[in-house]
Amino acid sequence: MTAFTAPEAPRAQRPHEPRQPRSLFDPQLMRAAALDALVKLSPRRLIKNPVMFVVALGSALTTLLFFHALFTDAGEASPSFILAVSLWLWFTVLFSNFAEALAEGRGKAQAESLRRARKDVSARRLRDRSNANYFDAPTEEISSARLQKGDLVIVQAGELIPCDGEIVDGVASVDESAITGESAPVIRESGGDRSAVTGGTRVLSDRLAVRITANPGETFLDRMISLVEGAKRKKTPNEVALDIFLAALTIVFLLAAVTLRPFSADAATAAGHGAPITLTVLVALLVCLIPTTIGGLLSAIGIAGMDRLVRKNVLATSGRAVEAAGDVDILLLDKTGTITLGNRQATAFHPAPDVTERELAEIAQLASLADETPEGRSIVVLAKSRFDLRGPAALVEHHPTFVPFTAETRMSGVDLALRGVSGPPRQIRKGARDAVVRWCQALGVPFPRAVSDATDEVARRGATPLVVVDGPRVMGVVELKDIVKGGIRERFAELRRLGIKTIMVTGDNPLTAAAIAAEAGVDDFLAEATPDKKLELIRTYQNQGHLVAMTGDGTNDAPALAQADVAVAMNTGTQAAKEAGNMIDLDSSPTKLLDIVGIGKELLMTRGALTTFSIANDVSKYFAIIPAAFAGIFPELRALDVMGLHSPTTAVLSAVIFNALIIVALIPLALRGVRIRPASSQVLLRRNLLVFGLGGLVLPFPFIKGIDLLLTALGVG
Amino acid sequence: MTGNALAQVGVFLALLVLFARPLGGYIAKVAKGERHRLSFALYPIERLALRALGLSSDPGHPPNEMTWKRYAASVLIVSGVGIVLLVVLQLAQGSLPLNPHEVGAPTFGVSLNTAVSFVTNTNWQTYAGESSLSPLTQMLGLATQNFLSAATGIAVLFALIRGFSKSRSDTIGNFWVDFVRVTVHVLLPLAFILALILVTQGVVQTFDTPAHVTTLEGSHQTLALGPVASQVAIKQLGTNGGGYFNVNSAHPLENPNALSNLLQCLAILLIPAALCFTFGHLVSDRRQGRALIIAMFAVFVPFTLATVAAEQTANPRLDPVALDTAPSELQPGGNMEGKEARFGITDSALWATATTAASNGSVNAMHDSMTPLGGLFPMVLMQLGEVIFGGVGSGLYGLIVFAILAVFAAGLMVGRTPEYLGKKIEVREMQMASLAILLPAAMVLCGTALAVMVPEGRAATANPGAHGFSEILYALSSGANNNGSAFGGLTANGDFFAHLQSLAMLVGRFGVLVPVLAIAGSLAKKQAIPASTGTLPTHGPLFIGLLVGVVLLVGALTFIPSLALGPIVEHLQLHTPGGILP
Repeated sequence: MTAFTAPEAPRAQRPHEPRQPRSLFDPQLMRAAALDALVKLSPRRLIKNPVMFVVALGSALTTLLFFHALFTDAGEASPSFILAVSLWLWFTVLFSNFAEALAEGRGKAQAESLRRARKDVSARRLRDRSNANYFDAPTEEISSARLQKGDLVIVQAGELIPCDGEIVDGVASVDESAITGESAPVIRESGGDRSAVTGGTRVLSDRLAVRITANPGETFLDRMISLVEGAKRKKTPNEVALDIFLAALTIVFLLAAVTLRPFSADAATAAGHGAPITLTVLVALLVCLIPTTIGGLLSAIGIAGMDRLVRKNVLATSGRAVEAAGDVDILLLDKTGTITLGNRQATAFHPAPDVTERELAEIAQLASLADETPEGRSIVVLAKSRFDLRGPAALVEHHPTFVPFTAETRMSGVDLALRGVSGPPRQIRKGARDAVVRWCQALGVPFPRAVSDATDEVARRGATPLVVVDGPRVMGVVELKDIVKGGIRERFAELRRLGIKTIMVTGDNPLTAAAIAAEAGVDDFLAEATPDKKLELIRTYQNQGHLVAMTGDGTNDAPALAQADVAVAMNTGTQAAKEAGNMIDLDSSPTKLLDIVGIGKELLMTRGALTTFSIANDVSKYFAIIPAAFAGIFPELRALDVMGLHSPTTAVLSAVIFNALIIVALIPLALRGVRIRPASSQVLLRRNLLVFGLGGLVLPFPFIKGIDLLLTALGVG
Repeated sequence: MTGNALAQVGVFLALLVLFARPLGGYIAKVAKGERHRLSFALYPIERLALRALGLSSDPGHPPNEMTWKRYAASVLIVSGVGIVLLVVLQLAQGSLPLNPHEVGAPTFGVSLNTAVSFVTNTNWQTYAGESSLSPLTQMLGLATQNFLSAATGIAVLFALIRGFSKSRSDTIGNFWVDFVRVTVHVLLPLAFILALILVTQGVVQTFDTPAHVTTLEGSHQTLALGPVASQVAIKQLGTNGGGYFNVNSAHPLENPNALSNLLQCLAILLIPAALCFTFGHLVSDRRQGRALIIAMFAVFVPFTLATVAAEQTANPRLDPVALDTAPSELQPGGNMEGKEARFGITDSALWATATTAASNGSVNAMHDSMTPLGGLFPMVLMQLGEVIFGGVGSGLYGLIVFAILAVFAAGLMVGRTPEYLGKKIEVREMQMASLAILLPAAMVLCGTALAVMVPEGRAATANPGAHGFSEILYALSSGANNNGSAFGGLTANGDFFAHLQSLAMLVGRFGVLVPVLAIAGSLAKKQAIPASTGTLPTHGPLFIGLLVGVVLLVGALTFIPSLALGPIVEHLQLHTPGGILP
C-alpha cells in the first residue's frame, strides 16, 4: 500500500475499541473458522459457488467409490488410493470454506462489539409531536425498540441516544466512540451540518431534543452490523462476470475430463491392453483442472475487501461501491482539509517602504495578541520565531483594549493607552486591504502605493494579504498562506500514474485557486465552487464516460454526493449527506478517498491475479496426471512425465494434494490483497503476469515433484 | 528446415500483408458505405439488389438500422432459407438441366449435411464433387452459398465492430445492407479477378461434357470438367473450401501449378487478414487492427514452420533402411506420402496450416498421410476455435471474443473493471463470450465421445488405434469450428456422421454468431470511456502476448487430453523403438 496509505491519525487505543485490527491468523478466529468451514458443507451454501460445488460432488462420488471398493471386490482401484484422493478432495472444499469463514470471522467479531453498543434503552418520548417547546413538554418512557420515525425524544447528559435522529433543539457534547472508535467527544447541535446523531452514542453534557429518523432495525448501527457481518453481501457485477467465466471454464474442463472415459475405453479396446481411465482419476483430474484456487477464494477476497475498508473506518453500503472505487478516474477533492491544512498561516511580513520588517512584525503581533483564530495565532508565532518578539510583557503597562473583529469594520486589533500620555489611544488594526483603505480614507491619509502593490503580489501567489496599520501609519502586509499538506503532491503524482485525475474544489477565487492547485500538483481545479457548480462538473465528467468520486459532509453536498459514482460522506456530516453517499467515513478524514480507491483496485487485482494463477497451474497438472492415467494403455505417454514422478498413484495424489494445499497457501494473499503499486497499467500488468501467470505456470512443477518425493518416502504407491 | 522452405514461407507472408493492407482499407469504406474507385460500376448493382430485397436504395434515406435481435433473426432467416433451398436443389438435381453426368439425388442425410456445410461456411464435403453433384447444383447451390455464407460472416463482424464504435445506441446496423454491400463490393469483384487469373493458369471453366482421353499407357480415362475456376476463386476467398472436384485443390484441373497454388493459398488468408486492418479503420485506431493481425501471425508462423519441419522429418521407421530421406536441393525428402509432387513439402504444409488456420478446409495434400505432428498442428489450429485468421468475418469476431476474455483477465490484474476499446466488459459480455467459446469446444468433445461410443462411429475410421481416433477428432474439430477440412480416412457419408456433423456445424456457426451479435448489441448500448494512463493499451506487445496466451491456453487446456490419445501418442509410438506400428 505504498500508494495509498494515509498517515494514520493518532488515535487513542482503548480496550473496547471496536475496530482494533486483529491478526490475520488470530487463533481464536481460526478455531471459529475451522468449525464454520464444516457448517458451510451444506449443499445449499455450496451451490452458490459452482466451482466448489463440482468439487464437492466429485468428493462425494469418490467417497462412494471408496465404499464400493472396500465392500466389494469390484472396486476400480485399491480402496486406500480412492480414500486418499477422496479425502484430499474433501479437504479442497473445506479449505475453501475455511478461507471464507476466516474472512467472515473478523467481520463477525466486529459486529459482536457493535452489537454491544446497541442496547435497548428506555427513551423519553414527547407525548405530543407538535409541541414546539421541547424541553418543557410532557414526556413518556418508552423502550427504544418501539421508537418510530418522526418521534421526538429528549436525551439528557449521561444517557444513550436511543436511535438515529436529527437534533431539533439543543447543543451537547456526544461520545461517539462506540461507532467511530474515536474517544474525543464531538459537539452536536441543532441546525447546520452537525445535527445528526447516531443511536448507541452517549450524550456527555447538556441535553438534546432529537427527532427520530430511523425505524427499529433500520438504524445506522443495524446497517453497520449487517455490513461487517457480510449478511447482506450480494455478489458484485464484477464477481458475477468472473463467476460466469469460471463456470464456463468448469464446464469445458468437465467435458474435457468426462470425455476421456469413452476416449480411453476406445483406446484400450484398440490397443488390446490397459483399462479405461478410472472414475477416481477422472474426478481427480477434473478437480485439478477446474479453477479451484480462485473459485475457493473468490468470496473470501470480496469479504476481505469490505473488511479492509471497515478497518480503515469506512462503511460501504455495497460491495459495488467498493469496486466502483477501483474504477474511479476523477477525484473531486475539497481544498481545505484534504489538500491544504485546515487553516491559513502567516508566512511572511512585507513592510511598507519606511518601515522595517521587525517593526511590522511587532505591530502585527500586537494586533493579533487577542486574536484566537488560527490565522491570528500564526502571526504571533511567526513574529516570535523571526524576531523573538514577546509582546505580552510590554503590553501590560499599556492598558490594552482589544478590539474584536466585527462584520462592520472587518478589522481587529488593539487600542493602547500609553501611560502618562493623554489623548486618544494608539489604534493598531489589521484587516483586508479594502477595509484598511476605508480606514485611511476616514483618517484622511493616503494608502501607500507600495503596500497596494504588495497585496496584489501576495494575492497572485495564492495567499491572502492582511494589511496592518498603526493609527494613520500603514505598516505593511502580512502574508497568510494556505499550507499544502506534506507529501500530497507526490500522492497526486502516483494517482496520475494510475490514470486518476485529481480536481481541487474550493470557494477561493480563480487566482488563489490556481496558485494552490499548481503548488499541490492537482490536475485541475474548480474555483468559487457552489453546490450547483459541483453537481454540474460531476455530470459533465460522467457524460464523457468518467467515473467520479467525491467526499462531502453538508446538506448542500447531498445532490453532488448522490450524483457521484463513489460518494464518501463524513460521519460528522448531516443525515442528508449520509443518505446520499454510498460510503461513510467514520473518521471524517478527507484524505480517506485515496485509501478507498486503493482498496477497490486491490480487490480487483487480487481476483485477477488468482484467476490467472489458477488457470496457469493447470498445465503442470496435465503433465502429472495424463501420463499416469493412461500408463496402462499407452506406456509411451510416460515421455510426457517431465517431473519423473514415482508412480501413477503418487502422480495423481501429488497433483490433488498440491491443488488443495495451494488454496491454504494463498489465503493470506486473498485476505490481505495484492498490493497496488503506483505504476502505469502496462507495468502493473507485466508484473502481475510475470508473478501470477508465469509463476503459476512454473511453481507447481517443483511442488508436485516435492509432494511426490514425500509420498514415496512415506511408502505410498 | 531448409532455407528454401523459410524463403517460401517468408515470401508468402510478405505478399499476404502487401495485398491485405490496402484491401482492409477498401473493405472499411464498404462497411461505412463510402464511395470508392469502383463505385461507379458496383453501386448500381448494390441499388438493384437492395431494391430487389424491398429496401430503400436512396442514400438520403438508408434502410432502418436493426437491434441485435433483429440482426440475428435476419441472419438466421438467410441461413435457414439457404439450407432448405440447397437441400431441395440437391434432391431435385436429377430432373433439372445442366446435368451432363446425369447424377441422381444424394441421400437426405448427405444433402442436408452438404446444405448445412455450405450455409455455415464450413464446406465439409461428404459428397464427391464431380461425381455426385451436377454443375447446376454446384453453381446455383454451392457457389451461391460460398458467396452468401462469406458475406454473412463479414456482415456479423461489421455489426460487432459497430458495437464498439457506437455509443448509447440500440442498433448495430442493417443486416441486409451489410450483406449486399459485402457481396457486391468485396466478394464479387475479388472472385471475378481471381477466377480470370486462375483460368490463365489452366484451371478449367466450361460447361462441356466430360473429356475422354487415352492415357500414355493406352487406357481410357474420363476427365470431369465444369465451371471450376469461378467456384475455386470464391471457395478460397470466402474461406469456404469446398472444391469442385473431390480431391479439391490437389486436382490438376483445380490447381495446376505453383503459381495457381500460391494465388489460391494467398486467397485463403487474404480477406481474414484484410479484415484486421478493416477493424483498425472502423474503430478509428489502426493500431488495434495491427495488434490483432500480429497476434494471428504470432500463432500462424510458428505452427507453419513446425508443420513444415515435421513433414521434412523422415519417418524413423525408415532409419534401418539405407535410404536418403533428408530434404535437400534435389529432393523434398521427409514425408511425401499423400502430397502432390508438383507442390512438395513446403507448399503442402503451408497450405495445410493456412487452410486450417483460416476456416477454409480446401486441401492440396492429404492430411491423413501427414506425420503425427504434421497432422497435429492443423488440428490444433482448428481447435483453437478458428480465430487465427479463421473464417471471413467469423475468424476475427472469434478472436475479438478471445480479446474480451484477455481484457477481462488483464483488467482485473491492473485493478480496473475491464474495458476493450473504451467499452466496459461486464456480465453480459462475459456470458456471451463464455458461451461462444464453450459451445464449439463442447461440440467437438461430446461429438467425438459419441462417435467412439457407437459402432457406426468407430466403423467409419480407416485405421485402428490412435490414428483412427485422430481421424474422428479431426472431423469433429473441423465441423464444429466450421473449417471443413477433412483428415481423410474417415467415411463420413453414412447417416451417423452426416447428421452428427450437420449438428456440429450448426452449433459451431450459430453458437458463436448469435452470442457475438448479443455482445455487439450490449456494447453498442454502452457509453464509451475515454482512455487514460490507467487504461490498459490493447495494441502493445504485452496485450498481444496475453491474447495469444489466452487463445493457446484455452485451446490447449481443452484439448490436451484428447490430443494425448491421438496424434501425441501416435508420435511417441512412432519414435519409441520397438513400439507398436500405428
